[in-house]
Amino acid sequence: MREILDDIDRWRANGKKVAVARVVKIEGSGPRDPGAAMAVNEDGEVAGSVSGGCVEGAVVSEALAILAEQSPGRMVSFGYSDDEAFAVGLTCGGTIRLFIEPLAW
Amino acid sequence: MLLYERFRDLVRTETPVALATVIDGPNVGAKLMVVREGTTETVEGSLGNPDLDRVAARDVAGELEAGRTGVRHYGPEGQATPEDLVDTPTVSVFIETFAPPPQMWIFGAVDFTAALGRVAKVLGYRVTVCDAREIFATKRRFPMADEVIVSWPAPMFERRGHTLGPRDAVCILTHDPKFDVPAIQGALATTVGYIGVMGSRKTHNKRLERLAEVGVSGARDLERIMSPIGLDLGGRTPEETAVAICAEIIARRTGHGATSLKNTSGSIHS
Repeated sequence: MREILDDIDRWRANGKKVAVARVVKIEGSGPRDPGAAMAVNEDGEVAGSVSGGCVEGAVVSEALAILAEQSPGRMVSFGYSDDEAFAVGLTCGGTIRLFIEPLAW
Repeated sequence: MLLYERFRDLVRTETPVALATVIDGPNVGAKLMVVREGTTETVEGSLGNPDLDRVAARDVAGELEAGRTGVRHYGPEGQATPEDLVDTPTVSVFIETFAPPPQMWIFGAVDFTAALGRVAKVLGYRVTVCDAREIFATKRRFPMADEVIVSWPAPMFERRGHTLGPRDAVCILTHDPKFDVPAIQGALATTVGYIGVMGSRKTHNKRLERLAEVGVSGARDLERIMSPIGLDLGGRTPEETAVAICAEIIARRTGHGATSLKNTSGSIHS
């Protein structure tokens, strides 16, 4: 989270809406530990990362949807091993669970 | 000021803080934060229910203490035991800690060191093993250690003593006067929360004489030195000794008397 604060500040100063995705759980092997964070602004600009690059694209789409819906946030999972998980698998074969929320707190 | 702005400033100044977020259940997105500034701990924000806040704040403070990040599940009013959670909608809370893990420095590359290192890892410590003897102080003998350093105590404390604080522990297992006296002196010069030194009562008494010779004799210093090391659990193996040491570290931190709960009354978690 620390590494994305500068970008978030800049976006907020420009009046942009911002969503933050954080890894909350990894099952099996995963590229980043819980706490890895990525921020997305309403224009689709990105700071930070939550995986080795496997799921970032899908996270941007979800983050933009959450901002558009004015959702309080939700859990999103990616991986091969979970039926509910999105199909954009992780190359490592694990499952990554993210919480994506608007920065409105 | 928004909670986020307060959080951001704390993270920037490297103030230890743990942030709890409801990720599933009622009040998704609600936040509670435990902040440690010096010796004071404050709770800010709310997860949406006062009972849940009270229970979660305790756990969040514990995670902050241990430097851990993870998910916990509660009932909507903070119920935390499995029996209470049956047939109850649960609240999932992601607790993220922004603090370096506590450190444990273990002096002496002996059998007890390996066992203590393993138990310390379970408790979330960053473990450093230090010994001046190159053939014993190897990563192969202590694979659980985050680092193994070949050094005498004095230079180790000169270089890195300032990184030790109240959450950290120094355990001196050498039994060797050449090593344990300077290690004790080095540890006393820091604000480290726990200093334990291994040895029998006889060794301990002799060590006190040697410490007095180098000028360590003040009541305040002697009070900080836990020796013989560990709680009196009656254990014998290195692993049992490691548990006795770690239990003593926890008891010193919490100020609890380390007796069986069966024999005490009052709040368990205060």
